[in-house]
Amino acid sequence: MSKNNRKPSKSWLNTFSLLMTTLKSITLLSCLVLVYAIFGEKFDFSFQKKEVIATKSTYVSNSNQKGDDWDKVENGIHLQTGLIYAENFDIIRGQCTACHSGKLIAQNRATREGWTQMIRWMQETQGLWDLGANEPKILDYLETHYAPKEVGRRTNINIAAVEWYILELEEN
Amino acid sequence: MKNKMQTNQRRQFLKNGGLTAISFALGIEGVFGIGLSSGNQLFYKKTMFSLPDKHPEMTILNDRPINAEAPAHLLDEDLTSSDRFFVRNNGIPPDKKDIDPEKWTLTIEGESAKQTKTYTLSALKKQFKTYTYQLTLECGGNGRKEFNPPAKGNQWSIGAVGCAAWTGVRLKDVLEDVGIKSNAVYIGYYGKDTHLSGDPKKSPISRGVPMTKALEEESLIAWSMNGEPLPYLNGYPLRLVFGGWPASCSGKWLSKIVIRNKVHDGTKMKAPSYSVPCKPVPPGSKVANEDMCTIESMPVKSLITFPKTGATIKLGQVLPVRGHAWAGDLSVSKMEYSIDFGATWKTCELGTPANRLAWQAFAAKVQFPQKGYFEIWAKATDNKGIAQPMVLPGWNPKGYLNNACHRIAIKVV
Repeated sequence: MSKNNRKPSKSWLNTFSLLMTTLKSITLLSCLVLVYAIFGEKFDFSFQKKEVIATKSTYVSNSNQKGDDWDKVENGIHLQTGLIYAENFDIIRGQCTACHSGKLIAQNRATREGWTQMIRWMQETQGLWDLGANEPKILDYLETHYAPKEVGRRTNINIAAVEWYILELEEN
Repeated sequence: MKNKMQTNQRRQFLKNGGLTAISFALGIEGVFGIGLSSGNQLFYKKTMFSLPDKHPEMTILNDRPINAEAPAHLLDEDLTSSDRFFVRNNGIPPDKKDIDPEKWTLTIEGESAKQTKTYTLSALKKQFKTYTYQLTLECGGNGRKEFNPPAKGNQWSIGAVGCAAWTGVRLKDVLEDVGIKSNAVYIGYYGKDTHLSGDPKKSPISRGVPMTKALEEESLIAWSMNGEPLPYLNGYPLRLVFGGWPASCSGKWLSKIVIRNKVHDGTKMKAPSYSVPCKPVPPGSKVANEDMCTIESMPVKSLITFPKTGATIKLGQVLPVRGHAWAGDLSVSKMEYSIDFGATWKTCELGTPANRLAWQAFAAKVQFPQKGYFEIWAKATDNKGIAQPMVLPGWNPKGYLNNACHRIAIKVV
């Protein structure tokens, strides 16, 4: 990972601008926290589809004050959850990552039937609630973006992922 | 120097722990960050998730629960360092600040225990003889990633394995001190980790082993790994260690052991967890739970730990290759490598295990006939003559026991 830290600026102007940015952020964050605390149930912060996410209101009390800048999308992947950012993403985020990491979803592959079985297993053994009208949307998302690929009895070494390096050895 | 390192690690832990706690409490992580995060890098310091006391090159498969494995080249040491030892958590570990080894207790009870008895950790250390064994632990699902059709769960590749020197008391000495009834069949464990859902009534995992395995000399109640207290994520301050069996048998943050008059029925004991079809099935089959059998010993397997995959060498150079091999309850009797996809095999030097259930080192000097792309494949054979397959072994619904040969990529220029 490349570091994102800015180097200390020589100019007081830059310092001032950074200070202002910080202040603005804090103010904006506080406003959002307040708005969410009041309208949390009705409000939807989703950035693509208008879907009401059934989250528990108790989550609101503990705001993520520090925040982090990996709550964003790069190359189609939502960095924080590791999930593909596409239609119905918000439902997945609200319903699935309430209990487990998005990484658990992203590393798995299954057919619609297979994903359905996983949901049933979570409902039977892990305390997952009835997903109601969200279930078909969740399955649409999973079936579309995390479908199995035919890989045969043994895959090739993933050559694209190999980091080639010179190994220094004594000459014979 | 050491103190400083520990302080840094503690700080790192607190930072990460805090981050996890916030994420967990929120459930929907960083929901307020939306709209703020872009272009505001001063306020939002980049904090990618890393694990307390673990090597930065560990592959994190899952952060809730924490699951992380080592890339093969990190496992080159004779004994796996604590920062490279894989983590397979099923629940949330007890908060580190709530763990006081001075006050930690272990209770033994159950239908087949002659009494209920509780020991403090210091009583265990004083009352029983201490033993150290080098024991290999491998996740039952190590290698799951390669199964086709894919199996659900953490997609382990190759590094959910390690061998460390574990110090503790023999489980059998403690069980015998409590008293084992003649009808004892199985032991089960309970730990202080909690269920992901937060439901205190739910146990995240409670597995165990049959009495025969429990009473083996190498079956330990351990408090130390490689001469240090157990790493936090690997069960600090007390755990079970059953070398050669799926590591899920070796309960972490150990607080209770039950001696059962039947096969233990704790969480993840029943099929399909840690079970494979009793009879082989075609890939992709549905298998009823009653047709699944619980995994016991792990199969023969090996890893090439040097060089790291991707080495480029010059034609004429001799490439030293080394790694480790293990075989569950058995030992490894032969180790071979191939640079022509199994058309020919050459023998490696193979070390003897430090004790039963320890992995064995192997080494070879490899020469290449021409320039170009090569793969080195490694194949171990156990002392019953069973070798690793080059292709995936029998498909099973949950993707356990993949012991297919490990291979690395080499370029000769």
